[in-house]
Amino acid sequence: MNLWLKIICIACLIYTAVFSFWHPMAPGGLEVSAKSFHPGRNEFSFTGYGSHFLQEKQSMQVFVTVDSSAVYCADILSVTDEAHAIVSVFLPDTLSSNQFGFLANNNIDGTLLVEAPVGSEGFTFIEGTKNDSCHYEVKQEEHMGFGYPFQPIIIESIRNLMWHVPMWFTMFALMIISFIFSLRTLSNKSGTPDLNFDRKAAASAGTGLVFCILGLITGSIWARFTWGAWWTNDPQLNGAMVVFMVYVAYFILRNSTPDHDKRSRISAIFNIFAFALMVVLLMVMPRFAEGLHPGKSGNPAFSKYDLDSSLRTVFYPAVLGFVLLGYWFYKINEKIRILEDQQEENHHDEKS
Amino acid sequence: MMKNLNRTILTSLLFMLSMTPAFAQDGMEEYFYESGKIKVVVVVAFVVMVGLIIYALSLGRRLKKLEEKKS
Repeated sequence: MNLWLKIICIACLIYTAVFSFWHPMAPGGLEVSAKSFHPGRNEFSFTGYGSHFLQEKQSMQVFVTVDSSAVYCADILSVTDEAHAIVSVFLPDTLSSNQFGFLANNNIDGTLLVEAPVGSEGFTFIEGTKNDSCHYEVKQEEHMGFGYPFQPIIIESIRNLMWHVPMWFTMFALMIISFIFSLRTLSNKSGTPDLNFDRKAAASAGTGLVFCILGLITGSIWARFTWGAWWTNDPQLNGAMVVFMVYVAYFILRNSTPDHDKRSRISAIFNIFAFALMVVLLMVMPRFAEGLHPGKSGNPAFSKYDLDSSLRTVFYPAVLGFVLLGYWFYKINEKIRILEDQQEENHHDEKS
Repeated sequence: MMKNLNRTILTSLLFMLSMTPAFAQDGMEEYFYESGKIKVVVVVAFVVMVGLIIYALSLGRRLKKLEEKKS
């Protein structure tokens, strides 16, 4: 591998390791303490994340929205710290519905939104009920430089994007290399399979499998603390597991065939089918099934709107760094395989 | 040297396994959910680094085997 590629690889990985943690989060609304609302005064606390409630006490406003059509202004009772404000809201007997939403405005954080399920009792619901006595406007966050977007349940673990996703990109890149060399193994002009290409295909698939395992483990940890289970029935997860097992089968097949010519031919054919299966299971299937992974459903042409620009500045170097690292490992793996094959040949010569 | 290293990895793995009942379920969730789930990212980054280091070490071991056979 070219020295410059190695330098770029290391630089990208250091950049990823530093800035996936360094960049701050944008402020957001975390939760409200309200469990159930009744007509009259309701007191609850609004919790923000990375917010500046105390600093911007003067401009603090909290609203309760109903059905996103009517808004009720809440009075700020006290602001205990930068993240907590205790407020009280007066609700009339008649509301539009029981779909409550919560907004907090201040000059630094802009508008923070919390959507929490809050119960209700004692209201009469008349659709389209409005409240003219309270007005609110959506405020933009004061420009604070660079920050990752706030997502309700994910919060800080959005940084996992720089670690978990590049694993799959790297695996894909390595499997493409493996697929191409499997094709070239079979398309040798002399009719016998080219063992050189076969070795490259095996080395690349072996390194790709390592990244697949890392992707599965990191994904499982992330799922536990976002979706609540180590393993879920997401089509992407099950597809990834099948792909993992298929590539494990590829190596079992290789190791169980001692004859080199036969081994290279059979495993090349297996690899071509394995690659096709991987494309179907990881790229095509998740678009047709309901899943938990974001940005997977619908048309891929629109998915470019899913990723925030602040995330891209770290995500793309992370992908580049890990793909180059995967290629580097593949090259080392291939060299070791060449030596191993040579030694095996020498061993055979001595015997005969 | 290599044998020692293997033993160290094995013991540290066993140590981590023995730690798991210490924060079973509720304790573990509380531990990882505080300060905006940043600890999940730390664990994930750690797993990636450790995984890659183990792979690099295994490549080194294969090279060493070749060297030993040659002599």
